[in-house]
Amino acid sequence: MKTPRIGLIVGACATLLALVLPFIGLHVPWILPGVVDVVNSTGTLDVLALCFVFAGVALGYDVMFGYTGLLSLGVVLHFAAGVYIFDIALTLWHWPLFLALSWTAAVALALGLVVGAVSLRVSGIAFTMVTLAFAQAFYYLIEDNPHGLTGGDDGLSLFSNRLPSFLSGAVSNTRSLYWVALGFLVVTGVVVWVVTESSTGHVFVAIRDNERRVEVLGLRPFGFKLAAYTVSSLIASAGGVVYVLLIGTAVPSAVAATTLTLSIVIMVVLGGAASRWGAVTGGILYIYLQQYLVKVAAEPTFASLPAFLRVPLSQPQFLLGAIFVIFVLFVPGGLAGALLRLRMARARRKMAAAK
Amino acid sequence: MSVVLSLAFSGVALGAIYFLAASGLSLIYGLMDVLNFAHGMFMTLGAYAGWDVATHLPISWGGAWLLVIEIGAAVVGGALAAAITELVLIRPLYGRPLAQVLVTIGLDLAAVALLLGGFGSNSLTLPVPLWSIEASRIGNVILPHSDFIAIAAGIVVVVALEWFLRRTRYGITIRAGVENREMVRALGIDVGRAFTLVFVIGGAMAGLAGLLYSVVFSGDLVSPLQGDSLLIFAFIVVVIGGLGSIRGSAVAGLIVGLVQDFANYYLGAHAGLAQFGNLSVVLLLAVVLEWRPRGLFGRAL
Amino acid sequence: MTNALEIRDLHVSIAGSHILKGITFEVPEGGVTALLGRNGVGKTTTLRAVLGLVNHTGDVHVLGTDTRTMVTHRIVRLGIGYVPEDRDVFAGLSVAENLRLAERSSEPDYDAVYALFPELRTRARQRAGSLSGGQQQMLSIARVLLNGWPLLLVDEPSKGLAPKLVTELAETLERIANIATILLVEQNLAVVARLAQRIVVLDHGEVVHQGAASDLGDAELTQQLLGVAGAS
Repeated sequence: MKTPRIGLIVGACATLLALVLPFIGLHVPWILPGVVDVVNSTGTLDVLALCFVFAGVALGYDVMFGYTGLLSLGVVLHFAAGVYIFDIALTLWHWPLFLALSWTAAVALALGLVVGAVSLRVSGIAFTMVTLAFAQAFYYLIEDNPHGLTGGDDGLSLFSNRLPSFLSGAVSNTRSLYWVALGFLVVTGVVVWVVTESSTGHVFVAIRDNERRVEVLGLRPFGFKLAAYTVSSLIASAGGVVYVLLIGTAVPSAVAATTLTLSIVIMVVLGGAASRWGAVTGGILYIYLQQYLVKVAAEPTFASLPAFLRVPLSQPQFLLGAIFVIFVLFVPGGLAGALLRLRMARARRKMAAAK
Repeated sequence: MSVVLSLAFSGVALGAIYFLAASGLSLIYGLMDVLNFAHGMFMTLGAYAGWDVATHLPISWGGAWLLVIEIGAAVVGGALAAAITELVLIRPLYGRPLAQVLVTIGLDLAAVALLLGGFGSNSLTLPVPLWSIEASRIGNVILPHSDFIAIAAGIVVVVALEWFLRRTRYGITIRAGVENREMVRALGIDVGRAFTLVFVIGGAMAGLAGLLYSVVFSGDLVSPLQGDSLLIFAFIVVVIGGLGSIRGSAVAGLIVGLVQDFANYYLGAHAGLAQFGNLSVVLLLAVVLEWRPRGLFGRAL
Repeated sequence: MTNALEIRDLHVSIAGSHILKGITFEVPEGGVTALLGRNGVGKTTTLRAVLGLVNHTGDVHVLGTDTRTMVTHRIVRLGIGYVPEDRDVFAGLSVAENLRLAERSSEPDYDAVYALFPELRTRARQRAGSLSGGQQQMLSIARVLLNGWPLLLVDEPSKGLAPKLVTELAETLERIANIATILLVEQNLAVVARLAQRIVVLDHGEVVHQGAASDLGDAELTQQLLGVAGAS
């Protein structure tokens, strides 16, 4: 087995590079998403941190979708739950950080188990629709501003004097928040690696491939599916916590809308479902492109384009949706699948040459 | 009492729109195993098609014909969008149901973004005849005319769809395909044609639903996001009614419309419960699934 | 003598398991050829491959036409009637609707169908799902007779039927065999012995025997089939 080791080395190098990135003041034209063309500019680091958050969430989602074969469209419920529960505990209740974190973890776990258990009463496409419905219900709940908790459509800004100074959302803390986001991604990576390599993880894959056969072996798929659902939703909630630290505010249309769920599905599929590096790459690429395209659309030269070009190109969501459609049609297996085919073609050529 | 009757009336109107949105989804899923997210796009495009045609008509066209033309445009627009979607995006992916679902997700996101880019996030106002924003009164019961339009459209479509599915060869083929697609093929029938056909029918009904939603429930406003919000309720109706069942969609559409309407009125007035009508529908879904996972009229999943 | 069906080196893999490993046989025009073998050796898969319902490699010639690039409905329209295992009538459709769906020619031969199965006429409006197993089998066979097609693939027609019905069924198939070529998959060796002129035996995805139906008298060969069939 040669490939996993290469993956591990590449991953370790990428992590190391990401770790020291805030110290690299390199000037790089064109490709950076920040306004200033310097690698460690605040704008670029902010975008990268956001990339890490969603790469982690996408990776967690892949446990449920890619590995266990559950197409849930409710992942945003758990993400938003992390965002709001943590935000409310800190901002409105003035709880200390540790308590707020434990409380968020406990509620997130309970939510994952309960919503998962109810949704998994049905399977297949009905499961997909039910999770979507629950997420939408959660959206309405937040929008409703029950007991003044969520701030409704206006959102709820994170404001707490109980946060350690390096975490509170001031501009000067871009670096530390960047590292927190990176830390979240690395921890998620380790957790997902351990889960998917474990015997439980192998049962996940077996359920995806043939649930009947797992039943015949005397295992109850429900428990495993619930486990996969809960792991995914916990990671999503943790991502929500990091997100609100990073962005400093919670708005329903940004953190709880179905569009976000669909974006997460797209990240995983772009990178390649059931591939850990695929999900991470897909998540980073998606957010990076999304932010970068916003920057491009703001360029003065852009405004001089004719409308039939300018209008579609000014909508990142349109371009990403179109790229995604093209990927589904022509690149089955996403980036990971394309890489695998490339490798296999090379191996075949090598074998042919050896003959 | 008059409040209850008024609520029941508007609940039925809402149910009729849900039925229009859901029955196409249900047929498409039943026949092809495709959960069609692009249905939201069909609904939005239907409404925009109606708006576009209406704004190109001379102002003097204010009568009932205006609405008829708008409805026609919405139906044609929805059907056209659906036909193109099926032929260009769904057809190359036959045999890969997950990829088909994903493609419709991407399409829906892209289409909404394009509409937002083209028309902005502000709603457009659909020109409608004066008659349709008035209401009649019977005793103390207020009956908005737009509700009549929705209910009439619902009844016409139910009857037409039942006739089509029971009496025509294509209809019988579709019903058979929902049961067992492979056996239909093995009888020498080109199922692909039936696939395009259900997409066209579903798209036409979705376009109609999108336009009626604007006329009946959002004060004649048309927005790029309306299809997607309607889509979620359509999904719920499909699951409650049972996937693949038209009758299920009709019954579940009515139930969901009524529950939402009554819950909104009686509970939504309380602080912090403004969205209770929407929440109650999701609760209803959870209850139905606990009690009968395959929905009211569905076959085993 | 021409062949109604020719199969050369047919391979089928489903979900990673190699179910048919290069089978070759032909079905001559006229009469009944029985395809035999234990459960799970690939008899049904063979029929499905002929119809293009499963991915396969190898050559299949139906009534002289190479079907390699054809999709199922085109293959069927060459003139194959398929009576699947478990009947697969459309339960939610009426008997009349089931028959109407099966009409492929402009002049469907309802006379022939009703001559064989008068009951289907009286039950025309009944839902097919509420028919008995025997009646469903009639309907399933009636569907393929409507178009007067020359080749019929019939998969375990006697499965689950009472002994008296099995005898009736055998008589019916015997009459049909006068007008069409039948490839019959059947576990009931008594039925096979009565109907078939030729037999093809599959085992582990390969053809292990081909010959006249009288070979069924051979003790060793029947032994091979005994696993499920019971003595004839």
